[in-house]
Amino acid sequence: MGALNHKFNENILITSLDKLLNWSRSGSEWYFQFGLACCAIEMMSAAAARHDLERFGAMPRSSPRQADVMIVAGTVTLKMATRVKRLYEQMAEPKYVISMGSCANSGGPYWQHGYHVLKGVDQIVPVDIYIPGCPPRPEALLEGLIHLQKKMREETILGGKENVK
Amino acid sequence: MTAQEIYTKLSGKFGDRILEFMEEGTQNPTIHIKPQGSLPIFEYLKSEETLQMDSLMNLAGHDPEAESDLVVIYHLHSTELDHYITLKTFTSRETPKVDSVATLYRTADWHEREAYDLFGIIFEGHPDLKRILMEEDWEGYPLRKDYVPAEFYRGMRIEKEK
Repeated sequence: MGALNHKFNENILITSLDKLLNWSRSGSEWYFQFGLACCAIEMMSAAAARHDLERFGAMPRSSPRQADVMIVAGTVTLKMATRVKRLYEQMAEPKYVISMGSCANSGGPYWQHGYHVLKGVDQIVPVDIYIPGCPPRPEALLEGLIHLQKKMREETILGGKENVK
Repeated sequence: MTAQEIYTKLSGKFGDRILEFMEEGTQNPTIHIKPQGSLPIFEYLKSEETLQMDSLMNLAGHDPEAESDLVVIYHLHSTELDHYITLKTFTSRETPKVDSVATLYRTADWHEREAYDLFGIIFEGHPDLKRILMEEDWEGYPLRKDYVPAEFYRGMRIEKEK
Protein backbone atom coordinates (compact mmCIF):
# COMPACT_ATOMS: atom_id res chain seq x y z
CA MET A 1 0.00 0.00 0.00
CA GLY A 2 3.06 2.24 0.48
CA ALA A 3 2.08 5.19 -1.71
CA LEU A 4 -1.47 5.30 -0.42
CA ASN A 5 -0.54 5.16 3.25
CA HIS A 6 -1.82 8.08 5.33
CA LYS A 7 -3.44 9.67 2.34
CA PHE A 8 -7.01 9.03 3.58
CA ASN A 9 -8.86 9.72 6.76
CA GLU A 10 -8.83 6.98 9.37
CA ASN A 11 -12.34 5.68 8.58
CA ILE A 12 -11.51 4.72 5.00
CA LEU A 13 -10.35 1.19 4.30
CA ILE A 14 -8.84 -0.17 1.15
CA THR A 15 -9.62 -3.68 0.00
CA SER A 16 -10.36 -5.63 -3.15
CA LEU A 17 -13.95 -5.77 -4.35
CA ASP A 18 -13.88 -9.57 -4.23
CA LYS A 19 -12.96 -9.55 -0.57
CA LEU A 20 -15.54 -6.92 0.30
CA LEU A 21 -18.36 -8.75 -1.47
CA ASN A 22 -17.36 -12.11 -0.05
CA TRP A 23 -17.11 -10.66 3.43
CA SER A 24 -20.56 -9.11 3.27
CA ARG A 25 -22.12 -12.19 1.66
CA SER A 26 -20.65 -14.64 4.09
CA GLY A 27 -21.66 -12.45 7.02
CA SER A 28 -25.33 -12.38 6.09
CA GLU A 29 -26.47 -15.84 5.10
CA TRP A 30 -30.16 -15.07 5.15
CA TYR A 31 -31.73 -18.42 4.61
CA PHE A 32 -34.99 -19.33 2.96
CA GLN A 33 -36.50 -21.78 5.39
CA PHE A 34 -37.72 -24.80 3.50
CA GLY A 35 -38.75 -26.95 6.43
CA LEU A 36 -40.45 -30.03 5.01
CA ALA A 37 -40.17 -32.64 7.74
CA CYS A 38 -38.48 -33.38 11.07
CA CYS A 39 -35.26 -31.67 9.89
CA ALA A 40 -37.22 -28.44 10.16
CA ILE A 41 -37.44 -28.92 13.92
CA GLU A 42 -33.64 -29.12 14.11
CA MET A 43 -33.37 -26.07 11.86
CA MET A 44 -35.70 -24.13 14.17
CA SER A 45 -33.70 -25.33 17.13
CA ALA A 46 -30.50 -24.13 15.47
CA ALA A 47 -32.07 -20.71 14.96
CA ALA A 48 -33.32 -20.47 18.54
CA ALA A 49 -31.51 -19.22 21.63
CA ARG A 50 -29.24 -22.16 22.43
CA HIS A 51 -27.48 -22.44 19.06
CA ASP A 52 -28.36 -18.95 17.83
CA LEU A 53 -27.70 -18.84 14.09
CA GLU A 54 -27.92 -15.06 14.12
CA ARG A 55 -24.42 -14.76 15.52
CA PHE A 56 -23.27 -15.73 12.00
CA GLY A 57 -25.69 -13.25 10.48
CA ALA A 58 -27.97 -16.06 9.37
CA MET A 59 -31.62 -15.28 9.84
CA PRO A 60 -34.73 -17.05 8.59
CA ARG A 61 -36.67 -15.52 5.71
CA SER A 62 -40.04 -16.68 4.51
CA SER A 63 -39.75 -15.16 1.06
CA PRO A 64 -37.35 -16.38 -1.64
CA ARG A 65 -36.83 -12.78 -2.78
CA GLN A 66 -35.12 -11.81 0.48
CA ALA A 67 -33.01 -14.94 0.86
CA ASP A 68 -29.46 -15.86 -0.12
CA VAL A 69 -29.41 -19.50 0.94
CA MET A 70 -32.12 -22.10 0.62
CA ILE A 71 -31.98 -24.75 3.33
CA VAL A 72 -33.97 -27.73 2.09
CA ALA A 73 -34.72 -29.41 5.39
CA GLY A 74 -36.68 -32.59 4.97
CA THR A 75 -38.39 -35.00 2.61
CA VAL A 76 -38.92 -33.55 -0.86
CA THR A 77 -41.97 -35.24 -2.32
CA LEU A 78 -42.45 -35.14 -6.08
CA LYS A 79 -45.43 -32.86 -5.54
CA MET A 80 -43.29 -30.47 -3.51
CA ALA A 81 -40.29 -30.77 -5.87
CA THR A 82 -42.03 -28.67 -8.52
CA ARG A 83 -42.57 -25.96 -5.90
CA VAL A 84 -39.00 -26.20 -4.61
CA LYS A 85 -37.70 -25.61 -8.11
CA ARG A 86 -40.01 -22.68 -8.75
CA LEU A 87 -39.11 -20.99 -5.45
CA TYR A 88 -35.41 -21.54 -6.10
CA GLU A 89 -35.82 -19.79 -9.42
CA GLN A 90 -37.42 -16.83 -7.65
CA MET A 91 -34.36 -16.24 -5.46
CA ALA A 92 -32.00 -13.45 -6.46
CA GLU A 93 -28.41 -14.23 -7.50
CA PRO A 94 -26.05 -15.08 -5.94
CA LYS A 95 -27.92 -17.99 -4.42
CA TYR A 96 -26.89 -21.13 -2.60
CA VAL A 97 -28.59 -24.36 -1.56
CA ILE A 98 -27.97 -26.43 1.53
CA SER A 99 -29.40 -29.94 1.43
CA MET A 100 -30.10 -30.87 5.04
CA GLY A 101 -30.58 -34.47 6.11
CA SER A 102 -30.76 -37.86 4.42
CA CYS A 103 -34.12 -37.26 2.73
CA ALA A 104 -33.01 -34.14 0.89
CA ASN A 105 -29.62 -35.72 0.11
CA SER A 106 -30.80 -39.00 -1.33
CA GLY A 107 -34.38 -39.83 -0.39
CA GLY A 108 -33.24 -41.34 2.92
CA PRO A 109 -35.62 -43.99 4.28
CA TYR A 110 -37.79 -43.55 1.18
CA TRP A 111 -35.03 -44.88 -1.08
CA GLN A 112 -37.04 -48.06 -1.60
CA HIS A 113 -40.83 -48.08 -2.03
CA GLY A 114 -40.85 -44.29 -1.94
CA TYR A 115 -43.01 -43.84 -5.00
CA HIS A 116 -43.76 -40.22 -4.05
CA VAL A 117 -40.30 -39.02 -2.94
CA LEU A 118 -37.61 -37.30 -4.98
CA LYS A 119 -34.34 -39.22 -4.51
CA GLY A 120 -32.16 -36.22 -3.75
CA VAL A 121 -32.94 -32.55 -4.17
CA ASP A 122 -29.79 -32.21 -6.33
CA GLN A 123 -31.84 -33.67 -9.17
CA ILE A 124 -33.71 -30.37 -9.53
CA VAL A 125 -31.51 -27.62 -8.00
CA PRO A 126 -27.70 -27.29 -7.71
CA VAL A 127 -26.66 -28.10 -4.14
CA ASP A 128 -23.63 -26.43 -2.50
CA ILE A 129 -23.52 -28.17 0.85
CA TYR A 130 -24.83 -31.59 1.89
CA ILE A 131 -25.45 -32.20 5.59
CA PRO A 132 -25.74 -35.87 6.56
CA GLY A 133 -27.92 -37.10 9.42
CA CYS A 134 -31.44 -38.20 10.09
CA PRO A 135 -32.11 -35.57 11.26
CA PRO A 136 -28.77 -33.73 11.62
CA ARG A 137 -28.22 -32.06 14.97
CA PRO A 138 -28.15 -28.25 15.05
CA GLU A 139 -24.35 -28.41 15.36
CA ALA A 140 -24.24 -30.17 11.99
CA LEU A 141 -26.30 -27.41 10.42
CA LEU A 142 -23.97 -24.83 11.98
CA GLU A 143 -21.00 -26.63 10.49
CA GLY A 144 -22.72 -26.68 7.13
CA LEU A 145 -23.28 -22.93 7.27
CA ILE A 146 -19.66 -22.35 8.27
CA HIS A 147 -18.50 -24.48 5.34
CA LEU A 148 -20.70 -22.40 3.07
CA GLN A 149 -19.10 -19.24 4.49
CA LYS A 150 -15.68 -20.65 3.64
CA LYS A 151 -16.90 -21.42 0.14
CA MET A 152 -18.26 -17.90 -0.28
CA ARG A 153 -14.96 -16.34 0.81
CA GLU A 154 -13.09 -18.10 -2.00
CA GLU A 155 -15.31 -16.76 -4.75
CA THR A 156 -14.17 -14.18 -7.29
CA ILE A 157 -16.30 -11.85 -9.39
CA LEU A 158 -14.89 -13.12 -12.65
CA GLY A 159 -14.63 -16.78 -11.67
CA GLY A 160 -18.00 -17.05 -9.97
CA LYS A 161 -18.74 -19.84 -7.58
CA GLU A 162 -18.11 -22.56 -10.14
CA ASN A 163 -14.32 -22.28 -9.64
CA VAL A 164 -14.54 -22.90 -5.92
CA LYS A 165 -13.68 -26.47 -5.06
CA MET B 1 -76.41 -52.46 22.10
CA THR B 2 -74.06 -55.33 21.20
CA ALA B 3 -72.70 -55.89 17.72
CA GLN B 4 -74.76 -59.09 17.37
CA GLU B 5 -77.94 -57.15 18.15
CA ILE B 6 -77.05 -54.47 15.61
CA TYR B 7 -76.49 -57.16 12.98
CA THR B 8 -79.84 -58.80 13.71
CA LYS B 9 -81.59 -55.44 13.53
CA LEU B 10 -79.94 -54.54 10.22
CA SER B 11 -80.54 -57.86 8.48
CA GLY B 12 -84.17 -57.73 9.59
CA LYS B 13 -84.54 -54.36 7.92
CA PHE B 14 -82.31 -54.66 4.82
CA GLY B 15 -82.34 -58.40 4.05
CA ASP B 16 -79.84 -59.54 1.43
CA ARG B 17 -77.93 -56.22 1.37
CA ILE B 18 -76.44 -57.33 4.70
CA LEU B 19 -74.09 -60.20 3.92
CA GLU B 20 -72.47 -61.67 7.01
CA PHE B 21 -71.35 -61.02 10.55
CA MET B 22 -67.79 -61.64 11.74
CA GLU B 23 -66.90 -61.70 15.40
CA GLU B 24 -64.38 -64.51 15.83
CA GLY B 25 -60.80 -63.67 14.92
CA THR B 26 -61.36 -59.97 14.33
CA GLN B 27 -60.42 -57.09 16.58
CA ASN B 28 -63.75 -55.37 16.03
CA PRO B 29 -67.06 -57.15 15.32
CA THR B 30 -67.68 -56.54 11.63
CA ILE B 31 -70.73 -56.58 9.38
CA HIS B 32 -70.18 -57.13 5.65
CA ILE B 33 -72.51 -55.20 3.39
CA LYS B 34 -73.04 -54.84 -0.37
CA PRO B 35 -71.34 -51.83 -1.99
CA GLN B 36 -74.36 -50.65 -3.98
CA GLY B 37 -77.34 -49.22 -2.10
CA SER B 38 -75.44 -48.87 1.16
CA LEU B 39 -76.43 -45.26 1.82
CA PRO B 40 -79.91 -46.15 3.26
CA ILE B 41 -78.14 -48.51 5.69
CA PHE B 42 -76.01 -45.65 7.01
CA GLU B 43 -79.00 -43.32 7.13
CA TYR B 44 -80.80 -45.92 9.22
CA LEU B 45 -77.78 -46.46 11.48
CA LYS B 46 -77.51 -42.74 12.08
CA SER B 47 -81.17 -41.88 12.63
CA GLU B 48 -82.66 -44.97 14.32
CA GLU B 49 -83.52 -44.26 17.98
CA THR B 50 -81.76 -47.31 19.44
CA LEU B 51 -78.65 -47.03 17.22
CA GLN B 52 -77.78 -43.31 16.85
CA MET B 53 -74.44 -43.92 15.09
CA ASP B 54 -73.69 -40.21 14.82
CA SER B 55 -69.92 -40.45 14.45
CA LEU B 56 -67.99 -41.96 11.54
CA MET B 57 -64.66 -42.44 13.30
CA ASN B 58 -62.81 -43.61 10.20
CA LEU B 59 -63.29 -44.60 6.60
CA ALA B 60 -60.44 -46.50 5.02
CA GLY B 61 -59.63 -48.13 1.73
CA HIS B 62 -57.80 -51.45 1.77
CA ASP B 63 -56.21 -53.77 -0.79
CA PRO B 64 -55.51 -57.15 0.86
CA GLU B 65 -53.82 -58.97 -2.05
CA ALA B 66 -52.83 -58.41 -5.66
CA GLU B 67 -55.76 -60.37 -7.11
CA SER B 68 -58.36 -59.64 -4.46
CA ASP B 69 -61.32 -57.29 -4.32
CA LEU B 70 -60.83 -53.82 -2.90
CA VAL B 71 -62.27 -53.16 0.52
CA VAL B 72 -63.80 -50.10 2.19
CA ILE B 73 -63.99 -50.17 5.97
CA TYR B 74 -66.26 -47.95 8.07
CA HIS B 75 -65.83 -47.50 11.82
CA LEU B 76 -68.96 -46.12 13.46
CA HIS B 77 -69.54 -44.96 17.00
CA SER B 78 -72.53 -43.62 18.85
CA THR B 79 -71.54 -40.76 21.12
CA GLU B 80 -74.98 -40.90 22.77
CA LEU B 81 -75.27 -44.62 23.46
CA ASP B 82 -71.54 -45.46 23.40
CA HIS B 83 -71.50 -48.51 21.17
CA TYR B 84 -69.36 -49.34 18.18
CA ILE B 85 -69.72 -51.22 14.92
CA THR B 86 -67.43 -51.86 11.96
CA LEU B 87 -68.77 -52.27 8.43
CA LYS B 88 -66.92 -53.67 5.45
CA THR B 89 -67.80 -53.65 1.81
CA PHE B 90 -66.03 -55.40 -1.08
CA THR B 91 -65.87 -54.11 -4.61
CA SER B 92 -64.23 -55.43 -7.76
CA ARG B 93 -60.77 -54.27 -8.81
CA GLU B 94 -61.85 -53.48 -12.37
CA THR B 95 -64.90 -51.32 -11.61
CA PRO B 96 -64.60 -50.33 -7.95
CA LYS B 97 -67.79 -48.44 -7.18
CA VAL B 98 -69.19 -47.79 -3.72
CA ASP B 99 -71.97 -45.51 -2.52
CA SER B 100 -70.67 -42.30 -0.99
CA VAL B 101 -71.64 -41.41 2.58
CA ALA B 102 -70.11 -37.92 2.36
CA THR B 103 -73.50 -36.26 2.30
CA LEU B 104 -74.41 -38.05 5.54
CA TYR B 105 -71.11 -37.80 7.43
CA ARG B 106 -68.97 -34.75 6.62
CA THR B 107 -65.93 -36.68 7.87
CA ALA B 108 -66.26 -39.01 4.92
CA ASP B 109 -65.58 -36.25 2.39
CA TRP B 110 -61.79 -36.22 2.64
CA HIS B 111 -61.55 -39.88 3.67
CA GLU B 112 -63.31 -40.92 0.49
CA ARG B 113 -61.10 -38.64 -1.56
CA GLU B 114 -58.07 -40.30 0.02
CA ALA B 115 -59.38 -43.79 -0.73
CA TYR B 116 -60.08 -42.65 -4.28
CA ASP B 117 -56.62 -41.12 -4.58
CA LEU B 118 -54.64 -44.11 -3.33
CA PHE B 119 -56.86 -47.08 -4.28
CA GLY B 120 -58.96 -45.75 -7.15
CA ILE B 121 -62.24 -46.56 -5.44
CA ILE B 122 -65.02 -44.48 -6.97
CA PHE B 123 -67.54 -43.17 -4.46
CA GLU B 124 -70.77 -42.54 -6.30
CA GLY B 125 -72.60 -39.43 -5.11
CA HIS B 126 -69.52 -37.74 -3.64
CA PRO B 127 -69.77 -33.94 -4.06
CA ASP B 128 -66.16 -33.37 -5.18
CA LEU B 129 -64.29 -36.59 -5.89
CA LYS B 130 -60.74 -35.69 -6.89
CA ARG B 131 -57.24 -36.54 -5.70
CA ILE B 132 -56.32 -35.19 -2.28
CA LEU B 133 -52.67 -36.21 -1.72
CA MET B 134 -51.10 -36.93 -5.08
CA GLU B 135 -50.90 -34.40 -7.89
CA GLU B 136 -53.92 -34.34 -10.16
CA ASP B 137 -51.90 -35.53 -13.18
CA TRP B 138 -50.53 -38.55 -11.29
CA GLU B 139 -51.09 -41.87 -13.04
CA GLY B 140 -52.22 -44.98 -11.19
CA TYR B 141 -53.27 -45.65 -7.62
CA PRO B 142 -50.13 -46.06 -5.48
CA LEU B 143 -51.41 -48.19 -2.59
CA ARG B 144 -52.81 -50.92 -4.79
CA LYS B 145 -50.81 -54.13 -4.39
CA ASP B 146 -50.21 -54.43 -8.12
CA TYR B 147 -49.05 -50.81 -8.52
CA VAL B 148 -45.83 -50.33 -10.47
CA PRO B 149 -44.25 -46.85 -10.17
CA ALA B 150 -43.63 -44.96 -13.38
CA GLU B 151 -40.04 -44.25 -14.39
CA PHE B 152 -40.44 -40.47 -14.52
CA TYR B 153 -42.81 -37.90 -13.12
CA ARG B 154 -42.63 -34.51 -14.88
CA GLY B 155 -39.05 -35.24 -15.91
CA MET B 156 -37.93 -36.29 -12.44
CA ARG B 157 -36.68 -39.84 -12.06
CA ILE B 158 -38.68 -41.69 -9.42
CA GLU B 159 -36.58 -44.81 -8.80
CA LYS B 160 -32.84 -44.29 -8.91
CA GLU B 161 -30.75 -46.98 -10.54
CA LYS B 162 -29.07 -49.16 -7.95
